Amino acid sequence: MITASVIEEKLRSIVGVGHFYAATPSDRLSRVQPKLVAEPANEQEVAAVLSCANEAGLAVIPRGGGTKLAWGNPPKRADLVVSTARLNRVLEHAWADLTVTVEAGCTLQTLQEKLAEHGQRLALDGLWPKRATIGGLLSTNDSGVLRLRFGALRDLIIGVTLALANGTLASSGGKVVKNVAGYDLPKLATGALGTLGVITRVVFRLHPLPHSVRTLSFSAANAEGAQRQVLAIQDSKLAHTALQVRGESAGQILADILFEATEAGLAAQESQLRTLLRESAVQKSEKGVWSAREDLWQAAFENAAIAKLSVLPSTIAKTLRLIEEIANARKVQFQYVVQATGLGALRLDGEMSSLKAVVERVRNELESGGGSLVVLNRPSGLEALDAWGSAGHAIALMRSLKQQFDPKATLNPGRFVGGI
Amino acid sequence: MAAMNYAFPCREMHTILLGAGAMDAKLLDEFRAIVGDRGLISSAEGLHTYECDGLTNFRVMPLAVLLPSNAEQVQSIVRICHRERLPFVARGSGTGLSGGALPVSNGIVISLARMNRILEVDLPNARVVVEPGVINLDVTGRVQPHGYFYAPDPSSQSVCSIGGNVAENSGGAHCLKYGFTTTHVLGLEVVMPDGSLIHLGGKTLDTPGYDLAGVFVGSEGTLGIATKVVLRIVKRPECIRTLLAAFPSTNEAGAAVSDIIAAGMLPAAIEMMDNLAIQAAEAAVQANYPDCGGLLLVELDGPVAEVEFLMEHVGALCRKNGAWEIRVAQADAERALVWKGRKAAFAAMGRISPNYIVQDGVIPRTALPQVMSEIARLSQETGLRVANVFHAGDGNLHPLVLYNRKIPGQEQAAESLSYRILELCIAAGGSITGEHGVGEEKKMMMSKMFSEPDLDTMQLVRCAFDPLQLSNPTKVFPTPRLCGEKPGEYVPHPLESAGIAERF
Repeated sequence: MITASVIEEKLRSIVGVGHFYAATPSDRLSRVQPKLVAEPANEQEVAAVLSCANEAGLAVIPRGGGTKLAWGNPPKRADLVVSTARLNRVLEHAWADLTVTVEAGCTLQTLQEKLAEHGQRLALDGLWPKRATIGGLLSTNDSGVLRLRFGALRDLIIGVTLALANGTLASSGGKVVKNVAGYDLPKLATGALGTLGVITRVVFRLHPLPHSVRTLSFSAANAEGAQRQVLAIQDSKLAHTALQVRGESAGQILADILFEATEAGLAAQESQLRTLLRESAVQKSEKGVWSAREDLWQAAFENAAIAKLSVLPSTIAKTLRLIEEIANARKVQFQYVVQATGLGALRLDGEMSSLKAVVERVRNELESGGGSLVVLNRPSGLEALDAWGSAGHAIALMRSLKQQFDPKATLNPGRFVGGI
Repeated sequence: MAAMNYAFPCREMHTILLGAGAMDAKLLDEFRAIVGDRGLISSAEGLHTYECDGLTNFRVMPLAVLLPSNAEQVQSIVRICHRERLPFVARGSGTGLSGGALPVSNGIVISLARMNRILEVDLPNARVVVEPGVINLDVTGRVQPHGYFYAPDPSSQSVCSIGGNVAENSGGAHCLKYGFTTTHVLGLEVVMPDGSLIHLGGKTLDTPGYDLAGVFVGSEGTLGIATKVVLRIVKRPECIRTLLAAFPSTNEAGAAVSDIIAAGMLPAAIEMMDNLAIQAAEAAVQANYPDCGGLLLVELDGPVAEVEFLMEHVGALCRKNGAWEIRVAQADAERALVWKGRKAAFAAMGRISPNYIVQDGVIPRTALPQVMSEIARLSQETGLRVANVFHAGDGNLHPLVLYNRKIPGQEQAAESLSYRILELCIAAGGSITGEHGVGEEKKMMMSKMFSEPDLDTMQLVRCAFDPLQLSNPTKVFPTPRLCGEKPGEYVPHPLESAGIAERF
């Protein structure tokens, strides 16, 4: 029988005295209090810590910047937080090859600053870039407005190193943009919420920073008008980078479009847009409109429900009407921002029981139309509200995968879809 | 043949379960009852057509070929395979270049050629739903009148199938800007190796759960059979311009590519050909290419004002790096001719050599000069000519090793040279395949690119999808691995603990 102190001694010897300590209330996630925190210095230490925890039956919570610990369901067990804070290096920016190799604990902003030295970027605008880490962004599959043009993280990641629960360190993909050798584990790790392994190292393909940018905004008379505008722009020859619709209870509906091009290209596209939307006033806007999603987390968000929506672009109007109808009936205030991709973010404020009812009804409606609703922020007190909704009958296969990768359910037990 | 309902190690299964080359008559009747007489091929002469794919130096006769016409039939067939522990290999148009659709001698081939309907065209959402046997170019053909196209464009796009593209994660010349098959597949209906039907991903983005569609695409038929595919289509840009530049050698052409990338441009395509490839293309399709040491094709697309501005810049960068002739094709017909030579380059080798091997490797683009001079050295050393065609923007090389099968020993020498080129790619930090897949041809190279723990971890995916390893077994991975052979602590499956199932 291995005693707790023996395990702790072993963990401490792996990461060093200063990097292994008792967890405090600030390490809580969804009201669950982990007991210990380990900060390994490199991927070998991550693997050794996982192997030790796995053998001892400790449940592990992988953590990057800790910005999205509330995402997913509360863990069924939480013993040891494994922090990637010390794996924070940009290992190789092969700028002439448009790739970068980076450790999982590097923040998005640090990475972008490094890439900008050579006029490049990771074409992804995640939430809270100053604190959010690459590993956390990938695990939560976060994406912002640039997704319309550049795709999601799954489309930007080209290589990954994972530390599995049993201590195996496994790489897949590679350092070249085009590569079909072996299974695409970089995609499997993206959005897996750390339930298959801890991401320790990533290779991304990069894009050049734009020459010039221009943001334009216009208003829509109603949800149907906004959808018509979005679909017309999507069906046009415009080469925009982002397009979003935003609004709130009883408020005006506004749309924003981002162009990234040369000055000559910007002028031509602006005039084409004005022709296309001749009935609406198109105005130059500030880049601040692109933080509309992040802004949902402002002001007393602890008491709000914030969710990610996914619908077909042709059902944006129907979705907005649905939200309006369900929320109004329950006297719930709403704010939303929906991208032309059909992905959106929705904030609901109101009585706790009403919030639960609105989330569940909207989710049912969206799921029956082939969409989804994932709760990102549960108001305190609504921890029982399922974050994910249905994964369809693929859930059995997802459980088999989990069983293969992490048979003892060491990693983030219970936080992922279907209780995984 | 006796039904094998009990657990059986799959490694032995291959040698024991089925006799050489003949299929049990009762089983054949069962299959015939599913697909009808016209959907079953079991005669030796009929089977010959299926004994290889585009990689013709590997040939294996299957026991039978089945041509189902819908997903239910695929399910019924696979259920029988599962019950009988009979391996199966799915096949699209058979154009693959790594032997991915090579039959296994004790198994059947399931051809998806008859499942070739475009089921849904949803323009407002830019989605098309197809059956796997639909030809790649037919998707674009269907949506072109509305100003859309399907972006992945492998050179075989006029004959290759979407199902095959999904299996191989096919690329093409334009994936530099538009991405690969996996970028454009949003959802899949899949017949699992036990015959069950599941949906991965969907028409909307980010369906909750693991990105199983992302893992399935490019799995080379080893995880199941796709019976329906949701594709994303792309709006045609306002204009497309193709620049053709002639350089003294591939080194200068490569330097121009570096400058284009460094200038912050992302062309739709950057292609390069060396002199031998140009000669062959000229002999085959008279594309009117300049006779030069290194030819560059650069395609830009987007709004007119943008493209015209950038094209000037690209031209200047080419001249700066020594281009002595530059042409810009604008009209569709001009562009088509420029591309014709490039797309015909593989087949054109037949004009200058009796036999040739098409290789597919990837290097970081900056390693191009070094790898090219190594290839030239190997070519000189072996006395075998090597023509080079590249997707230069993303570092995807297609060296074509020319040889004559009638000269004793030359085929082996050519194969050995083509593998040595892949070793150069690995040493340069690249990959053994950018778009053709590992298949049968390159599985032994996998252990040079990946470590054992890497390969063991990929195998975990295989075991979750296909624990009996019936779906295109023996491909991709170098050595057979049994599911359940896990290092570390052994955790019994609940059914096993309950005495219901034995361990496979």
